[in-house]
Amino acid sequence: MITLDHCHKYFHKGSVNEVYALNDICLQIREGDFITVIGSNGAGKSTLLNCIAGSFFPDSGTITINNHDVTKWPEYKRARFIARVFQDPLLGTCPSATIEQNLALAIKRGKRRGLGKGVKNSERDIFREKLGHLHLGLEERLLDRVGLLSGGQRQALTMLMATMIKPEVLLLDEHIAALDPKTANQILGLTSDIVGEQHLTTMMITHNMKHAIAFGNRLIMLHQGRIILDVDGTEKSKLTVDDLLQRFYTVQGEELSMDSMLLT
Amino acid sequence: MTLYAALGAVEQGLVYGIMVIGVYLTFRILDFPDLTVDGSLPLGAAISAVAITGGINPYLSLVLAMGGGFCAGVATAVLNTKFKILHLLASILTMIALYSINIRIMGGPNIALLGTPTVFDAVSVLGVPPYLAGVVVFALFAILVAVIIIWFLSTELGQAILATGDNPQMITSLGVNTHTIIILGVGLSNALVALSGALVAQNQGAADVGMGIGTIIAGLASVIIGETVFGTASIARAFFAALLGSILYRLAIALALGVEFGHFSFNPSDLNLITALLVVSALIMPNIKKRLMQR
Repeated sequence: MITLDHCHKYFHKGSVNEVYALNDICLQIREGDFITVIGSNGAGKSTLLNCIAGSFFPDSGTITINNHDVTKWPEYKRARFIARVFQDPLLGTCPSATIEQNLALAIKRGKRRGLGKGVKNSERDIFREKLGHLHLGLEERLLDRVGLLSGGQRQALTMLMATMIKPEVLLLDEHIAALDPKTANQILGLTSDIVGEQHLTTMMITHNMKHAIAFGNRLIMLHQGRIILDVDGTEKSKLTVDDLLQRFYTVQGEELSMDSMLLT
Repeated sequence: MTLYAALGAVEQGLVYGIMVIGVYLTFRILDFPDLTVDGSLPLGAAISAVAITGGINPYLSLVLAMGGGFCAGVATAVLNTKFKILHLLASILTMIALYSINIRIMGGPNIALLGTPTVFDAVSVLGVPPYLAGVVVFALFAILVAVIIIWFLSTELGQAILATGDNPQMITSLGVNTHTIIILGVGLSNALVALSGALVAQNQGAADVGMGIGTIIAGLASVIIGETVFGTASIARAFFAALLGSILYRLAIALALGVEFGHFSFNPSDLNLITALLVVSALIMPNIKKRLMQR
């Protein structure tokens, strides 16, 4: 279980560009939760995921994973609990390394790396089998450099690499946003399959409200660094896009009325 | 160019080739342009010369030199990773500091190694003629170093080094501390450069504080020539290309120094200009090739 307790995060604190990116975030991610995260641009979605992953530390508040207080753990140290897939397909893989070398890097996530062989023969069978599930023919191309693959293939490979070793939480930061619609749907399907098979605890940021509703058992909506909606179970399954839009415009409307009050 | 001059160029190409392998490691693999090498080459020479004149075994002196070079690289990498100083600037700072340190180590700007034992003695005992001893010893060292580095980069740790240069965000999220990797990689690179310096000193019979000037440029020139001529299809190929690039570079220099146009000929002091022209031509060659192919 992952717990964020009263997490605050400012960017450029004290300057004219100050941004209150996370405002008193309290969140409990239960084991097996598949949470979809929505919110407008700048709502703090990516900041929230980066904060959990350790790309930066919260200004105040604590983060615990499985009873470890990881608030001050750097990103590489948290990697033993956390797997990530980024929006940019280029960020998840090494272009000049081969497919098998990339997978071998991933199979050691959070473990010591010594002077053993980088890619072991025993691992190759595992790689071939796992790649076979992707139905992209990559199992025949273990020795091809990843730079030769398309964005969609690379993102599929990244999904595989992220889940090679079961993470405590899988963080997906708009991981299909940079792909064409057809490929995006394939990767989304793959995501759903992998998460379902391994019962992975997952957080998925999306801009697509339909996806946010269709996938996962829980949905949170962020606005200006705060969680303004957190629904799960049957309540979530009853949600419609209209409900979400309604909710969205309500908070935006409040803001507008406050602005107009200030101006008058 | 006489055969003797060519042999000398090959010899130099091999011994400085060890330095070039180090430069390839930082410049290409880690994407970390490292000017420390201008200081760590004479550092290796200084440590080895002082150790040998102090009665230490010449082979052991190489190990000490590599240790010193490693520390110099670590200093640069720590300045860069832990204190956020730009890599180029961090390496220049270490290089400048090493100038003073090298003079302190030697107790003066240079040390002569006359009549002292060197690593070449063992080869001479085997009956290799003196004019070939350098080539044989350096070829052994250079190939050994290349093979070890290629093997190292195929290990789990080595793969993490490659990934750090390629995609630091990815390897961080796979649980690798990129700071540690950069410190290790730059340290290793400078250990090789120091080894190269130590061997040069033993060959020349002297260590000199000024012998490192232009090391990085010669290293880059060799890397680029090697890549252009021999390609980088695999890690093994890339490292041997760097080594062969070093030999080509020294041959080209020797050739240029031997050319005479009537009364004009090049001086050794023209080396920097020749090197710059070499690097420029090697850099623009692929573009010209592409343009010619299109026609």
